[in-house]
Amino acid sequence: MDTKKIKLPYGIPGHNLSEIEREIPANEPPAWPVNEDLKVVGKSVKRADAFAKVTGFAKYTSDIQLQGMLYGRMLRSGYPHAKIRSIDTSAAEKLDGVYAVHVFKNLVGMAQPQTDGNSSEYPDVKFAGQPVAGVAAITIEIAEEALKLIKVDYEYLPFVVDLEEAQRPEAPIVFKTNVEQEDSGGGGGGQRGLKTVGNVRGPSTSSFFGGPRGDLEKGFKDADIIVEHTYRTQVHTHCSLETHGVVVDWRPDDVTIYASTQNTNNVRHEFAEMFDLPKSKVRVITEFMGGGFGAKHSLGNFGVMAGYLSKKSGRPVSMMLDRKEEHISSGNRPNSIHYLKIGAKKDGSLTAIQQKSHGTAGVGLGAGVGRIAQVMYECPSFTTEQYDVFTHAGPGAAWRAPGNVQGAFGLEQAIDELAEKLNMDPLAFRDVIDKSEVRKVERRQGAEKFDWSRRKKPGSDPGVVKKGFGVAQSTWPRFVNLNSTVEIRAYKDGAIEVRSGVQDIGTGTKTVLAQVVAEELGMKADDITVRIGDTLFPTGPGSGGSIVTGSITPPARNAAYQLKLQLFDQVAEKLETEPSKLSVADGFIVSKEDNTKKIAIKDALKEMRTEQVTTTASRSDDYGGFKMGSFLAHDDLGSVQFAEVSVDTETGFVKVDKIVAAHSCGRPLNIKQIESQINGGVIQGVSYALYEYRVMDNETGHQMNGNLDQYKLPCSMEIPEIEPIIIEDYAGRSSTDAYGIGEPANIATAVAVANAVYNAIGVRIYELPITPDKVLKALNKT
Amino acid sequence: MNKFSWFEAKTVDEALEQVNATVSEVLTTKAPDQPAVFKSGGIDLLDLMKEGLVEPQKVINIKNIPGLDTISYIQKSGLKLGANVTLAQMEANTDIKEHYKALHQAVAHAGTPQLRNMASLGGNLAQRTRCWYFRSLDHQCLRKGSGTCFARNGENEFHAVIKNGSCSSVHASSVATALLAFGASVEIAGPNGKQRTVPMQDFFVSPGDDSSKECILESNELITAVIVPPVSSKTKSFYIKQGARESYDWAIADVAVVLQMSGRNCKNAVVALGAAAPVPIVSDAASAALKGKEITEQSAEESAEASMKGATPLSKNAYKVPLFKAIVKRAILQTT
Repeated sequence: MDTKKIKLPYGIPGHNLSEIEREIPANEPPAWPVNEDLKVVGKSVKRADAFAKVTGFAKYTSDIQLQGMLYGRMLRSGYPHAKIRSIDTSAAEKLDGVYAVHVFKNLVGMAQPQTDGNSSEYPDVKFAGQPVAGVAAITIEIAEEALKLIKVDYEYLPFVVDLEEAQRPEAPIVFKTNVEQEDSGGGGGGQRGLKTVGNVRGPSTSSFFGGPRGDLEKGFKDADIIVEHTYRTQVHTHCSLETHGVVVDWRPDDVTIYASTQNTNNVRHEFAEMFDLPKSKVRVITEFMGGGFGAKHSLGNFGVMAGYLSKKSGRPVSMMLDRKEEHISSGNRPNSIHYLKIGAKKDGSLTAIQQKSHGTAGVGLGAGVGRIAQVMYECPSFTTEQYDVFTHAGPGAAWRAPGNVQGAFGLEQAIDELAEKLNMDPLAFRDVIDKSEVRKVERRQGAEKFDWSRRKKPGSDPGVVKKGFGVAQSTWPRFVNLNSTVEIRAYKDGAIEVRSGVQDIGTGTKTVLAQVVAEELGMKADDITVRIGDTLFPTGPGSGGSIVTGSITPPARNAAYQLKLQLFDQVAEKLETEPSKLSVADGFIVSKEDNTKKIAIKDALKEMRTEQVTTTASRSDDYGGFKMGSFLAHDDLGSVQFAEVSVDTETGFVKVDKIVAAHSCGRPLNIKQIESQINGGVIQGVSYALYEYRVMDNETGHQMNGNLDQYKLPCSMEIPEIEPIIIEDYAGRSSTDAYGIGEPANIATAVAVANAVYNAIGVRIYELPITPDKVLKALNKT
Repeated sequence: MNKFSWFEAKTVDEALEQVNATVSEVLTTKAPDQPAVFKSGGIDLLDLMKEGLVEPQKVINIKNIPGLDTISYIQKSGLKLGANVTLAQMEANTDIKEHYKALHQAVAHAGTPQLRNMASLGGNLAQRTRCWYFRSLDHQCLRKGSGTCFARNGENEFHAVIKNGSCSSVHASSVATALLAFGASVEIAGPNGKQRTVPMQDFFVSPGDDSSKECILESNELITAVIVPPVSSKTKSFYIKQGARESYDWAIADVAVVLQMSGRNCKNAVVALGAAAPVPIVSDAASAALKGKEITEQSAEESAEASMKGATPLSKNAYKVPLFKAIVKRAILQTT
C-alpha cells in the first residue's frame, strides 16, 4: 500500500497540544487542524432529522404499514421453569382472522447448552416470559385471542431467581451442561470455554487488556492502608421509548425486514443464517430508531418468529413487543455482587487490587463487572475473578458500557474511601494514581465549574436535609469496527448523497456524517443528503461500544476526499491550473494561488461525464496501528463527573441537584449532539443511582414491576441540572480522529452520586439503587 | 383487550338500569357472565382491561351525564363536587385552593396533568389498588378471591404498615386522604331513585372485613357527588405526599392534616394517612395528640410518633414508619 507522512494535531488544546507525524495511506486526506480552525466540524450543527422527528413525519418500525400486513403476538410461559410435554395449536389455527401459527423449536438470545439434554421436542422453559409459540392475525386482538386457544401441557419444575440463592448447592439448576453464548455485536455473551458448576460459570480472569499482573500478596503486604468491601448493584431493565420489534415482509424472491435495531448488518446476518438465505436476499431497514442502549443488536426470538409467520402466511408480519415483554424478555443490565480489596501506600500509590464478582444475566451470559478496575489506575498487582450465575430469569443484554457501570460503582467508592483514609482530597489522590492527561484536565476544569471547594467533611452539613458533593471518573476504550464503508454519490445537479448501512439510533450519526462530508467538500451540512440504515447500502458498524463515530466518519471523509480529487481533475484545465493547486471553500473550488480562479462545486458537477459519480471508502487501520487486534485503539475516553445531592435524613430520600460531566471523545464533531448524549447518559445514571430496579418475586419467579408505572424511570422533577464539559483530545489516529460518547456518559454518574451521598450523611451506602430504605437503615432510623 | 359494547348513558337512572356489576365483582368472578360496568374518566378501568384483569362485555359511559360535572361552594354549607368533576377541574378551582388547601395540594400532586384532565373524582375514589400482585395476571391474590397474599412475605416495600394482617395492599387514591381529613361524605345513587350519603371513613372497606372490594359500592350503585363540610377562617390544613418520584407517582406515604384553631391552640385536629393501611385512615392517636395543644415542634412530634404507634411493618417496608413520622410532623408544622 502506498503511504505518505503527514503531521496531525496531538494532545489537548490549552494543555499540551503539539503535532505528531504519522504514516498514512496515500489516498487519505491531509490532517484537519483543531476544531477552532474548521467550519462545520466541531460546531453545534442542527440535527439532520430534527424536523422529521418533531413533526411526526419520521416513520419508526412500529409505524410501518404494508399492504396485507398481519400482526404477530407471542405466547409466553407464565412459569419460570418447566418442561413442555405437548403443544396443541389446532384451535388457534382455526380462529377466523388467524393466518399462521408457529411453535418455537429453538430459541436465540440466551446461553446455549453445549450438549443437548432435552428430552422434549420443545425447548425447556427457563424463565417466566420465555416465548413458546406465536400467531399472526389480521388484528392484534385476534392474535391475542388465538394465543389463549393454544394449549400447552407443562411439567412444572423448581426454579431459582435470586442471585445468592442460585449459588447454593441445593439450588435448582438452570443449565445442566456447559453453555456458550455468542456476543450479540454490542457486548453481552461471555468468555468462551469456561466451566459451569451448579449455576456458577467461571471465573473469567482476563480481558483483552490481559490477565492478572504482579504479586497480589506482596502488594497487600506493601500497603499502608487497605480498603475492602462488597458492593451490590441491581438488575436494570431496558426501557427504550420504542420497544423491540420488526416487520418481516417475506416475498418469493427476497425478504425485507424493518427493524428497530442498533445493528442492521447483524440482523441481516442472523436472519440469513437462521433461514438459510444468502445475504443478498435479505434487506434490513432502520430509517428511524426509537432508542437502544445495547439490547437491540440481534434479530431476537420475536424476529425469528416474525420470519416464520411471514414465510408461512405469505404476508408481511409486524411483531412489536409490548412493554411487559420488553421488561421480562428483551435483555437487562445484570446485577452484581462485587468484592474489591485495594491497597495503597501513604503517598497514595496503589499497591494491589483484588476483584471478585458474581452477577446474573438470568439465562444469559455477560454479568461481569468490566475492565475498569483493571485499567483505570496505575497499580502493579491486579487479579480478577468474575462469575456468571444462572437464574430462571430473562436474559441479560449489553447495556451502555456493559459491566463497567457496575464495576465503577465499586471501584470509585473504594478510591473515595482510600482518599479519605489517606487524608487526601479525592481529586488530589487521583492526580497521584491516574496517569491520564485528559482526566487531569477534566478534574481541573470540572472542579472549577462545579466549585469543588464547597465540599466539606462528610456528614458535617447541619440540618435535616444535608448537602453532599462527590466525584467519580471512568474510562472507556476507543473501539473501532473496520466493517465500516461509506459511499458518496455526486449528481450532475449538484446534489451530494452519503450512503451507508449504519443506523442512527438517535445519537446523531446522520448529522455527523453530513458535517464531515460538508467540511471536506467546502459545503454546508444542509447541502448533504444522508441515507443510512439500509443494508442495500455499504455495510456499516453496529451501534455498540460507542464505536460508530470513530468507525464511520473517517471513511466518510475519505470518500468525500476522493470525490473532491475527481472534481479537481475535472476542472483543473478549465481553471488553467493543476489539480494539486486547487482547494475548496464556501461551495467553490478555488485555486490556492489565485483566488479569482474558481468554480462553484455545483457547476463543476455539471461538467461530469456521467450523470452520477460514486466514490467509496472503508475504514482503514488506525494511523500508527491498533493497541490490539483490529478493534482496540490506543488511548482511552476519559470522564470525570461531579455530583451535588441533597439527602433528607428524616425521609431517606435523595435528590440529585447537579451533575457536572467532563468528557472526552477525541475530536468532538457536534457539540450540541455530544451534550445531548451526555445529558442522556447522566439521566440514565441518576436513574440507576436512585430509581430503577427490577422487582423480582422469589416465590413465583415473576418480575412484579414490568411496566412503566411501577418500574420507576426519572421524570422531569427527578432530573438534575447537568453541565457538560467537552475536552478536545487529539491523538491523530484517523482522518477525523473522532470517537463516540454514548457509553462513557453513563459510567461515572451513579457512583459520583453515591460518593456525594456519603459526603452528605457520613455513612457509605454499598448498594444500588440508593432508595430511602437504605438511607434510613444506614442512619439507624429503621 | 377484549371486545365490548358501549353504552352512552344520558341520565343516572339510565346508567343504573344498564349496570350489573362493579369492577371488583368482575375481578372476583362474582359478576354475571356478561358484565356491564361503569366508566367515567376510564383511567383505572382501561388499565385493568389492558392488563386483561377485567373483561367487561359492556362499558357504560357515565362521563357525559349532565349535572355530574359541577363544583359548587357555599360558605355555610361547604363544597359539593360532582362525581364526574375531573381532578384538573378541582385543581383549577379557586374556592378549593382558598378554603381547602390540603385537598388542593392532594389533587395537584395526583398523577400527571394529562391524567388529571381525564380522571374523575368518583373514579378516583372507586379505583382499585396498585399492589403489583393484584395487578398481575399471574398472581391470583387474596383480593381476587384466593386465600393468598403474596405481598405478605414477598415484595412489600410499598405496602401497608398498619392493619396489614390480611391484605397489605394500599388504596391508590391520595385525594381520598385529604377528603377524609376534611370529613367529606360520598353521595351514592341506587335503584328506584334511592340515595344514600356515606361518610368517607365508612365508604372504604378494610380487607379484614371483605377482601374482595375496597369500597362499599354495590353493583347497582353509582357515586353522584362528594360533599365536603364547610370550613372557617380558623381551619388550617396541609397535605404532603411522598412517592418514589416527585413527578408522577403514587404515594408511598401521604398525610393530610386539618386543624380547627382557637387562638394559638388547636381545638380539634384530624390527621389522615394514606398508603399506611389498606384504606385511607384517620389516626385517632395522632389527632388526639394535637387536641387542645399549641402547635409546636414538640406537639407535632408527639402527634407524628402517635401516628405510627402499633405499626407492624413487613419485611421490606420498615422505612415507611420513620417516613410517615417525618411527613406527619412536617404537615402539622406547615398548616396555615
